[in-house]
Amino acid sequence: MVGISVSNDTATDEGQRAMEDSADSGEPEIVAARHPAIKVHTEVRQPETTEDHDEKTFELRNVSVSYGGTVAVRGVSMDIFHKDITALIGPSGCGKTTVIRCLNRMNDLIPTARVEGELLYYGQDIYGPKVDPVQVRKLIGMVFQKPNPFPKSIYDNIAFGPRAIGIKGNMDEIVERALRRAALWDEVKDRLGENAYGMSGGQQQRLCIARCIAVDPDVILMDEPCSALDPISTARIEDLMQELKELYSIVIVTHNMQQAARTADRTAFFTVVSDEDTGSRTGALVEYDRTDRIFSNPSDERTENYVTGRFG
Amino acid sequence: MSSDIERTSGRARLAAGGARSATLGALGRQPGSQVLRNRIFFGLIVVALSIALLGLALVLIDAILKGRNSLSLDLVTNRTSPRAERAGFKVAILGTLYLIGFMILMVVPIGVGAAVYLEEYANKQRWWNRLIELNIQNLAAVPAIIYGILGLAFIVRGPLDLGFILFAGSITLALLVLPVVIIASREAIRAVPPSIREGSLALGVTQWQTIWRQVLPAATPGILTGIILAVSRAMGEAAPLLLLGATTFVTFNPQPFSDTGYTALPVLIYNYATRPQADIREVAAGGILVMLAVLLLMNSFAIWLRNRYEQRW
Amino acid sequence: MAAPEVVAPEAVGVRTRRLEASSPRYGEKAIKALLGLCAALSVLTTTAIVLALLGPAVDFFREVPSGDFFLKTEWFPTQGFFGVLPLVVGTFNVVLWAMVFAIPIGLGSAIYLSEYAPSRVRKVLKPMLEVLAGIPTVAIGFFGAYFLVPLLRDHWPGSFLGGPPGFFMAGGAALCVGLMIVPIISSLSEDAMSSVPGGLREGAYALGASKMRVATRVVFPAAFSGIVASIVLGVSRALGETMIVLMVAGNRPAMTLNPVEVIQAMTAYIGVTATGDIATGTVEYNTLFAVGALLFALTLVMNMISIRFVRKFREVYE
Repeated sequence: MVGISVSNDTATDEGQRAMEDSADSGEPEIVAARHPAIKVHTEVRQPETTEDHDEKTFELRNVSVSYGGTVAVRGVSMDIFHKDITALIGPSGCGKTTVIRCLNRMNDLIPTARVEGELLYYGQDIYGPKVDPVQVRKLIGMVFQKPNPFPKSIYDNIAFGPRAIGIKGNMDEIVERALRRAALWDEVKDRLGENAYGMSGGQQQRLCIARCIAVDPDVILMDEPCSALDPISTARIEDLMQELKELYSIVIVTHNMQQAARTADRTAFFTVVSDEDTGSRTGALVEYDRTDRIFSNPSDERTENYVTGRFG
Repeated sequence: MSSDIERTSGRARLAAGGARSATLGALGRQPGSQVLRNRIFFGLIVVALSIALLGLALVLIDAILKGRNSLSLDLVTNRTSPRAERAGFKVAILGTLYLIGFMILMVVPIGVGAAVYLEEYANKQRWWNRLIELNIQNLAAVPAIIYGILGLAFIVRGPLDLGFILFAGSITLALLVLPVVIIASREAIRAVPPSIREGSLALGVTQWQTIWRQVLPAATPGILTGIILAVSRAMGEAAPLLLLGATTFVTFNPQPFSDTGYTALPVLIYNYATRPQADIREVAAGGILVMLAVLLLMNSFAIWLRNRYEQRW
Repeated sequence: MAAPEVVAPEAVGVRTRRLEASSPRYGEKAIKALLGLCAALSVLTTTAIVLALLGPAVDFFREVPSGDFFLKTEWFPTQGFFGVLPLVVGTFNVVLWAMVFAIPIGLGSAIYLSEYAPSRVRKVLKPMLEVLAGIPTVAIGFFGAYFLVPLLRDHWPGSFLGGPPGFFMAGGAALCVGLMIVPIISSLSEDAMSSVPGGLREGAYALGASKMRVATRVVFPAAFSGIVASIVLGVSRALGETMIVLMVAGNRPAMTLNPVEVIQAMTAYIGVTATGDIATGTVEYNTLFAVGALLFALTLVMNMISIRFVRKFREVYE
């Protein structure tokens, strides 16, 4: 299990009572975490793994991100597991997109962004001094909120990545395999030369997924991939994710918590913490657990409020 | 932050001023005189536009009337000559072709390269990058003849010391239109949405590959338009070339790298135009028509290009 | 620059998940440096222009006291008269009357196109004005010398302003330069006026204001900075124009603002002297650079003012 370090508010009466309560119950750290008077820096309880997805793809230790002096998200610690679908949910502004963009170093593109803490990928520090962000992105791919196909043909959209990176091999096969895995092959196999912009939104997004797959990553990050799509396309992509899970670890940010409930193995709930003194709003990880527990039996009151729709 | 406040208060001030004026207007005047004043105003601005268009028409019509007699194949195949019946623009056309040809070879890589640097690589906060931008803005408005002095001092003489050769004229013209190419290319590159770049980078493609394989191809129609604009400008410039040795009454084909003399279309037109004989001035007018026709063709091509390949994002 | 081969996945037994760069990517760094050099060329060019002008200008001012240059009123370098004022006044003659023509015409056109013209009409007329901007200055100079000035000469009202013009005429050049500048003023002003948010106009219309009032009291003040920027840019362009003044305004320096008379503009002087047979290195030859330096300084000041006004305009609307 994990240690907790509790900060000073146990000095208050409330805090004292909360500590006594928590000692009584069987899960001291969780109850302690629930009480708002106690600021607790806990590592979130790691769920028992009953399947063989026990290799850790990502390990985050106290990761904080700030943009030009303003802290966007603070103190995120969690482990993401191999071939899981991990969902990041929470209200807007809680930092879920910021966190996911750290995983493939896309935050590097923002000049004022600073990432602190430790971020490991299969044991290697992603932000290590010798690490090449380009290499990181080859292994950790991303699908964006608004489908962004290139102004090229469908074939060239898929082939662009492998060609640019230098993947040798039969390009036709690579393209077909990527499109098949993205459940798009049958729909477009006769019109690979057409401009990608002629496709519908849902097809474009699946094209973007195929494009991401074509460079053979380990991980697919998805930043609200369905928020610009209609429900039917959304459902197709959710089905697709279950297939993709066989081959890739998936981390998905979604503002649609039912989507997380439907698709994810594990879910992390983030929230916005307002500092009353400075008025600043910072994102923070509240709870991270197996999806069924998050939704049916959350440990933190804030999680419960969110998933039952009381706020957010 | 403070600029936000300035902006909103600026807008608020304008809105308030407009509202005050509109209300005063609505309450102040009687209907009759107001309608008359409106009509007069409308008349005035239409007259203004008409005068501008009339001026344009007169320039064109005058050139056509004075030049139509000399329009023949001879005009472009005859060599330079003080005699009107033998005078033509062949030497000047060749000179312009060489000048512009070399100019394009120099200005496209440098201009597009500078634009790529400024849009894709440069940190906009650094002072030297802002200095570069300021320089480009200023250079765009420096008079052409000053570029002539620059060429005279540094290219024809001075460090490069190339002599009064056509290539020196090319370099000078390239410097003259470089700001045009840079500014137009920057616009074209800026128009490519960031999502395309993000999509490419997220695949593990390097920055330069993203630029070379995604951004530049997408920006090409805009860049081409900029190049055509630059070429149009350079084709019509006579002043700087006057300082760089293009005035001699050259009667043989130009050698780009020897100082045996060269000329360009606008320079020869100027030469013919300032002669006392009316018949050779007709040749000048003919040359003007040829030049205008070429410019028209090029700019129509640019417009067609823009319409055909304009990317709707 | 290409990464080493990454073979199709099925062939690899164990995945390599190394995060270090597969190659040092010198190519990327070299390209960035090369492109930076291209951009820095602009600074180099400006420096070169300044040096090209300053060097001989300094030599010039060693021989000719600057008091003589800036204050004396006779310009005849081969005879030892180095007062630049006639050139400046002559240039100003052309620029002044050019702006007197171009500002109302340009602004009127801009207001019409921006506030009154239906969009179909605007689509046709706006490009037509732009054509005017693309006509080479030799052509406009030709028009001025052989159509406009003769026309004015033939129909000149008696001895107005001192009599009918001769072959060269500052006012004729001014009209031509003005015509050339109209697209600059009209295009930039129209852009500025179009950028004014529709909400401002609609609010005024809703209060019952007429189109004229909206155009003059709402849109015009709102776009004012942009309009001023366009005018200043026009002045800068007029200052630097060479071919038209060479062909139409004449080549005799004169301290007059009378448009009927012949003058010599700074640019014309530079052009004529550089192509003349004065020996290089002499003080007479260096007058070219002194006048050039003055011209460059004037246009630079105009450009900086214009940039300042554009920035001010953008600040409110962007």
